[in-house]
Amino acid sequence: MGAGRRMAHKRVERVILTGCEAAAEGAIRAGCRFYAGYPITPQNRFPEYMSERMPEENGVFIQAESEVSAINMVFGASVTGKRAMTSSSSPGISLKQEGISYLAGCELPAVIINMNRGGPGLGSVTPSQSDYFQSTRGGGHGDYRTIALAPWNVQEIYDLTYLAFTLADRYRNPVIVLADGMIAQMMEPVKLLPPVKTTPTKKWALTGCKRRRPNSIKSLFLTHGVLETHNLKIADKYRQIIENETLYQTYMCDDIDVLLVSFGTCARICFEALALARAKGIKAGLFRPITLWPFPSEHLQRVAEKAKKILVVEMNCGQMIEDVKLAVKKDIRICFYGRPGDGVPTPEEIFREIKKI
Amino acid sequence: MTQKTKKYIYKRPESLTNDITIYCPGCGHGIIHKIIAEIIDELGIREKTIGIAPVGCAVLAYNYFNFDVTEAAHGRPPAVATGIKRCLPDRIVFTYQGDGDLAAIGTAEIIHAAARGENITVIFVNNGVYGMTKGQMAPTTLLGQQTTTTTKGRTALQHGYPIRVCELLATIEGATYIERTKIDSIPDIIKTKRAIKKGFLYQIENKGFSLIEVLSTCPTNWRKTPSKAMEWVGAEMANFFPTGVYKDKGNPNK
Repeated sequence: MGAGRRMAHKRVERVILTGCEAAAEGAIRAGCRFYAGYPITPQNRFPEYMSERMPEENGVFIQAESEVSAINMVFGASVTGKRAMTSSSSPGISLKQEGISYLAGCELPAVIINMNRGGPGLGSVTPSQSDYFQSTRGGGHGDYRTIALAPWNVQEIYDLTYLAFTLADRYRNPVIVLADGMIAQMMEPVKLLPPVKTTPTKKWALTGCKRRRPNSIKSLFLTHGVLETHNLKIADKYRQIIENETLYQTYMCDDIDVLLVSFGTCARICFEALALARAKGIKAGLFRPITLWPFPSEHLQRVAEKAKKILVVEMNCGQMIEDVKLAVKKDIRICFYGRPGDGVPTPEEIFREIKKI
Repeated sequence: MTQKTKKYIYKRPESLTNDITIYCPGCGHGIIHKIIAEIIDELGIREKTIGIAPVGCAVLAYNYFNFDVTEAAHGRPPAVATGIKRCLPDRIVFTYQGDGDLAAIGTAEIIHAAARGENITVIFVNNGVYGMTKGQMAPTTLLGQQTTTTTKGRTALQHGYPIRVCELLATIEGATYIERTKIDSIPDIIKTKRAIKKGFLYQIENKGFSLIEVLSTCPTNWRKTPSKAMEWVGAEMANFFPTGVYKDKGNPNK
């Protein structure tokens, strides 16, 4: 039991937590009362923390026999209308994709936290951003999207996990919080939000058909034309999400020659590199998508209008750069710097790249 | 006076909708659905029951049962049931699963739900074949049985042996009640109903995990008439899968 936890109990506003603990506490304060998970590095502190905290809040903690089972337990909890979540890291998230597709198809809310580690395969246990495509393109089978939130520090993983439950319920859709091994294990001060007093009532939930007609939850539509109608309805929901929920931040973008585009941990390192560049008289700015899906395309396009060159920095071989290229209509150089293995770039490294392009 | 003496001899259970099922003539699902619906009516739990439909022919169970039902991914009903029951411990939660669902793709889920002693009722319909996908070998297909993926008959050397689920689960400490029944005769249908009812009662009494395996038919994929299919259940299936109570921790006399 960490010091941060004891302090949280005394309702102290600022506590020191790891990224795993912050996200878990954010979930509990957002009214999450069901967690099922399976151990995998670098997110093991998450289920450990939940195993202590959930019983204290009369919630449910289950260590499942597999990631597949964990996400399906979350499916079951979500069916009842309870706020439910799971967490894992890349190989485990691959296993959860079956369940995530069913959640999206059945229009069930759920929150899934991915502390991204290196891949493909077992890869490494060190920080990575290689699950960008998986998080933003749907991840599993079928024509669906998941909202993907990318925090860049421990405070933000707390805030975004808290927000994730609101978004999941509002749109009846799974929400992914895509962090990485660095945010998962790093300790930082966190300002806590007050616990939610009530969570939304869900008329569609299965609670027993007392005083109402029976409800059913399904993603199978065999009658001709029904699936198409269902998928068009979901697509319309995705349009609303794009319109209303896009989040991003810009830094030093008033006068720019070079625009850095980066998310999560990498964006935070880019922010340090900005100071180095500005000190040398290079007019550099940073655009940081917070929602990876919906990607802030229009906003990026507007900021990019002022730039002469763009440098996309990611801890992978170049995934978000595809969305940057789709967003930026202007004919300018879009360069890429990536660390696709087990390395985290330094500010100096990024500064060298800024000078190079 | 005539009003007072009027007595119902038979009526459709309230827990069944008026939908006509898609099931083939001679299929066991209709019998088993009706047994479940009757039990839920008799126990007066329709308004607090949540069912979990499998992937397979019975996926459309949510159209036929007149209470809350959810779909689940193939093999995952025990995990989904766990999530539901833990969130709503005073509701009655059951899964309805076929042999491919429970004994192949969902073996991890069923074993661990039993090991955790989840207070749920599992109805396991074993007809020895993948029905909806048109008759491939199932984990419970008998040796020698012809299917679309064992056209010359299942052999131990090439395809391995069928799995006896009740015997396997009876070894698990967390399981409370395990019984295998069949539906090839009226007495056996009555026995099946008694067994499933006990599974539901145990859940109401918080006694823990129950699984009732029902040996059932698939005349279409067995290439048999409905009556020959019923005969085959008793003559062939029950030899390899003996009926009976494999475990009953809920009954102090056992």
